[in-house]
Amino acid sequence: MDPLVIDIAVLVLAGFVGFAVISKVPNTLHTPLMSGTNAIHGIVVLGGLLLMSESSGILEKILLVIAVAFGTINVIGGFLVTDRMLGMFKAKPEPAKSVDAGSSGGADASGGEAAGGSRS
Amino acid sequence: MTVVGTVFLQTTNFIDACYIVAFGLMIYGMSGLTGPRTAVRGNQTAAVGMAVAVVATLLRKGEFHGSGTVVLIIVGLLIGTAVGVPAARNVKMTAMPQMVALFNGVGGGAVALIAWVEYRHHFGGDWPLRSEGFELFGAIVGSISFWGSGIAFGKLQEILPGRPIKAPGRSQSLINLVLLIVCVVSAVVLAAGTHSQGLFIVGILVAAALLGNMLVLPIGGADMPVVISLLNAFTGLSAAATGLALSNPVMIVAGMIVGASGTILTDQMAKAMNRSVPSIIAGGFGGAVAAPVGGAGETGGTVRATSAADVAIQLSYARQVVIAPGYGMAVAQAQHTVRELERALEAKGVTVKYAIHPVAGRMPGHMNVLLAEADVPYDLLREMDDINPEFPRTDVVLVIGANDVTNPAAKNEPGSPIYGMPILEVDHAGSVIVLKRSMASGFAGIDNPLFYEPKTTMLFGDAKSSVSEITSEVQAL
Repeated sequence: MDPLVIDIAVLVLAGFVGFAVISKVPNTLHTPLMSGTNAIHGIVVLGGLLLMSESSGILEKILLVIAVAFGTINVIGGFLVTDRMLGMFKAKPEPAKSVDAGSSGGADASGGEAAGGSRS
Repeated sequence: MTVVGTVFLQTTNFIDACYIVAFGLMIYGMSGLTGPRTAVRGNQTAAVGMAVAVVATLLRKGEFHGSGTVVLIIVGLLIGTAVGVPAARNVKMTAMPQMVALFNGVGGGAVALIAWVEYRHHFGGDWPLRSEGFELFGAIVGSISFWGSGIAFGKLQEILPGRPIKAPGRSQSLINLVLLIVCVVSAVVLAAGTHSQGLFIVGILVAAALLGNMLVLPIGGADMPVVISLLNAFTGLSAAATGLALSNPVMIVAGMIVGASGTILTDQMAKAMNRSVPSIIAGGFGGAVAAPVGGAGETGGTVRATSAADVAIQLSYARQVVIAPGYGMAVAQAQHTVRELERALEAKGVTVKYAIHPVAGRMPGHMNVLLAEADVPYDLLREMDDINPEFPRTDVVLVIGANDVTNPAAKNEPGSPIYGMPILEVDHAGSVIVLKRSMASGFAGIDNPLFYEPKTTMLFGDAKSSVSEITSEVQAL
């Protein structure tokens, strides 16, 4: 079989898998799920890695380094952010505290947070 | 032994097997993400899948062929890590949606750049037409996603005004249509022609970039999460297209499941907000300019507690009641009980509206989503700018687990850390009833003078049980 046919078959089947996986999602999980799938499409970083050894010329190399960096940000940032977001859904006895904004968000209760942050 | 091991690790079969394991893990992880109990584990599983895919790719024979390739790959990965990790770690919970937009955008940007390189590298040579088509699709969609996400980020971060920005009348759709045609036609010309200039691809990227900007600018800030989800699906599809061009199974599968699930998710999100995807894309929703009038709020020192029965009487004899929900309602999962109270009051002829502050809760749209889940009709949910002029005409405001978003100090006390933040001006209403767990201060950690106003009474306790008590009292009246 033509490799293209196989690839497209894989594409179509993956599409159905995608539909099937997301049959019903509770509203509260919409944002984390969006963020999680967002991290998954960071798979494009592979494209950058694959092309790097074939590239020639300074422009191509610069473009690819940026592409790999972009893809890495997408992957790593995406998964980390999702993880933090999901941490928010764990039961907390006292929600008004600033613990939920993560370890390094020390400025939570201060004025800096106040301007744009959410209120309880 | 080690030599044999290395050779084995570099065989195509082994790498393909890794790819299959990788996308299996990703699919499994993603299905975990759809349930609250399995979500954390699901996300980690997907991350492991991703790591397997990246490592397997780096194992490829000849991957490190050529001078400096290793260095360049490491530089790219390091820059990505150095930017991504602190960004994800330090971002405030409330800034999460724009962070997701940003991460999505760079993903789209990566697709567009890869397409550009592929094009430059192969054009005019032995490049098969199929790759060309897929790459050009990836270039267009990736570029739209990159710029569109940038605008979405700007709006959520309030760098750009959240209100819809659009050309007058129908011309906006016309401009978009023309840009789309320019993209597609150039792509077709490029794919069909044998000796077009290399600049053509740049033209396509620019036209798609303009289109991305034009698509998102007319959409109001409140709809941004849905837009981000849509762009997320776009990026997924473009990643799958890149996968097809490079004939890489894991890219095809991962990209496509994101494309498919992202589409469904976008639809579900829009439905949860009682909006349709086409109407969001058409834009022009929400966001007027508020003209708040300063009110004098003197802080006293005493807080007056009340009982559910008293609250019920006050509410039942009001003409208009406005409910201002906050994070407290979300924590107590009180939205269904609140809906029941609203129904009971409506049965008594009371007009009930909800006042939704843009940052009430922990995410934009948090309250909308919760109340929509409880089947509250969308037209009862009023955004801050719409409801604020209504407060002087409102008899009773019921504040449920909201604190800082109602704090008059934001208007009256220039020294307050939240001074200048737009608030729900509940202190303009006839009377205010605050449902609150305790006198603890809100997320910003500051005192709320609203609680000491003579017109304010407090009902302490868990939001859900308080509201259901009030509801039964109302029904008994």
